[in-house]
Amino acid sequence: MRKFIRNIRDIFSLLFKKDFVHAGIKAKRLFMGVKFTDGLIYKILVYSLLFSFGYVYLYPMLYMLTNSFMTMEDIIDAGVKWIPSSLNFENYRLVFVELNYFKSLAEAVYLAAFPALSATVSSAIIGYGFARFKFPLKNVLFVLMLMTFIVPPQITMLPMFRMYSQYELLGSIKSFVYPAILGQGLNGALFILIFYQFFRMIPKALDESAQLDGATPFKVFVKIYIPLAIPSIIIVFLFSFVWYYNETYLSGLYLRGSDLLSLPLKLEQYINNYTSIYPEGSQARELMQAVKLAGNVLTLLPLLILYFFTQKRFVESIDRTGITGE
Amino acid sequence: MINFFKNVFQKIGLVWEKIKYALSHNFIFRTTNTHWIFFSFLRVRITNKRRQSLIGLSFILIWIGGYLIFALYPIFYSLYLSLFKVKLDGANLQLVFQGIDNFKAAFLYDPYFVEILVGYIVEILINVPITIVFAIIIALLINQDIKGKGIWRTIFFLPVIIISGPVIGELMRQGATTLPSIREYDLIRMVLSNISPGIATPIQSLFDTILLVLWFAGIQILIFLAGLQKIDREIYEASMVDGAGPWASFWKITLPSIKPLISVAIIYTVVSMSVFSLNEVIIYIRNVMLGESTDALINGYGYSAAISWIYFIVMVLIILLFVGLMSIRRRSKS
Repeated sequence: MRKFIRNIRDIFSLLFKKDFVHAGIKAKRLFMGVKFTDGLIYKILVYSLLFSFGYVYLYPMLYMLTNSFMTMEDIIDAGVKWIPSSLNFENYRLVFVELNYFKSLAEAVYLAAFPALSATVSSAIIGYGFARFKFPLKNVLFVLMLMTFIVPPQITMLPMFRMYSQYELLGSIKSFVYPAILGQGLNGALFILIFYQFFRMIPKALDESAQLDGATPFKVFVKIYIPLAIPSIIIVFLFSFVWYYNETYLSGLYLRGSDLLSLPLKLEQYINNYTSIYPEGSQARELMQAVKLAGNVLTLLPLLILYFFTQKRFVESIDRTGITGE
Repeated sequence: MINFFKNVFQKIGLVWEKIKYALSHNFIFRTTNTHWIFFSFLRVRITNKRRQSLIGLSFILIWIGGYLIFALYPIFYSLYLSLFKVKLDGANLQLVFQGIDNFKAAFLYDPYFVEILVGYIVEILINVPITIVFAIIIALLINQDIKGKGIWRTIFFLPVIIISGPVIGELMRQGATTLPSIREYDLIRMVLSNISPGIATPIQSLFDTILLVLWFAGIQILIFLAGLQKIDREIYEASMVDGAGPWASFWKITLPSIKPLISVAIIYTVVSMSVFSLNEVIIYIRNVMLGESTDALINGYGYSAAISWIYFIVMVLIILLFVGLMSIRRRSKS
């Protein structure tokens, strides 16, 4: 910024001296830069694009946040668009009480954390197996593993629904933990890939020397590789947790009718009950808009808090899948 | 206290040793220092290679089990069911063989399915390129020498964290996923009202869903960003010396080097859009499966298995189409 002001001042002082040629050259360098990408015009272009994309990205969030504070008068009043006339926590209080927030949250976290934990453990073990050992049919199995990512859950959900109802796993967290423990959880292939890439990068001399000292393969894995893989473990757990927390399609099927529901589903259920009380177009229904948004904010709040503390981990995750090649 | 745990662990260790001994010294399987002996007569020499592959297989054993139970068996079972008329008889299934009648019914009889499926195909064909292009643009922007790189990355990755069916559904219902400011521009409104409705309607719907499409780009942005950071800076400097501007170096250097990633990003985009819980096709599949339609021909497990297979095949075809397009362009250029 200081450099920019100095440049402007230089140009003007040249102009006052009636040295138009040099002023022109200097101005051109300021705006266009030496190679265009370091000029002012380019900078303005980049930042304006960034800000407009950023606005587009954040718009629904901002909309949700501001509208959730609105009272009935604000919603009806066309003049109030962005900033509610008063900071009104009534909507939040309503959702908070009706959803029994802390209990629901604890349930939702329980419902997401255990499958995520088992998925993390299993994908670490499987990824290690694929990365470190040679065995017959390894490539075939690896390709099959990657293929499972493409198969949509709609194909497998029906037989699994039957299977779960036969073994009475419907309506319990087991219907998510069991697949996760066997490496078939939500986006399981992706997590195995993350561990696979990570374990492949570690030099083999490390476990050879441990083996010379008499460590069994299992001991090598637990004592040497797991401590090294802690960043990957955290990433996989976080992603898995977030995806299980947001999962509604399968849990809507497997957990149908049970008390155990993820928070987004619980919110939806509550809203459906609530809206059916009031007739179409009534004022209470209008107010529901704000209440629903408050509910959404409360549902997302744990994830947002988690994200702002750990965003670095999330952002570096793609590097670790190694799809960009080394 | 610590001593107590030490004792417990020691005891467990002793028991474990015994189990291990029993597992490796029984009449089915025995180990000596040099051989594995099965049933006391099948002697296999232990080589390092064999040991390695045995250990490796034992590590991925849980995956093989999971694959058989939760992937392979359900896939074939649903393919099998799709050939039958399935009736629920208490907890048992009554199967009446139908051949490919379920598939025929999906295309010829079902009043909704074809319409929903075509809608999905059109949507994917439009949205995937848009997502990819935006992801590349945003990744390029963040990769510039700008202030607050971390903050921008945080913003653009945020949707990945919060995207979930009910939340998006609610935002869509309230119109928060359409940008009001775009539609309020007189210019755009004028343009839209003057061109033929055949072109105007897709553009209109594009404006309505642009935000959602952008929200699907979070992971893809990171993929491209990681790819961009791997490109050697010296290539750009060399091309600059040869007189290439930023425009030329984008088309000649940047794009070719992230091209393999585009296929990865396309696959990810298609899959994540296809399994997103607000997708109309998968909602329809679930409703059919749970028997929420009254028409007996297009109801029940058999029919839902059939349409989910059609859906899967369509999805794979779309992926192949996109990836094929990418590889054709690559070959003709080189």
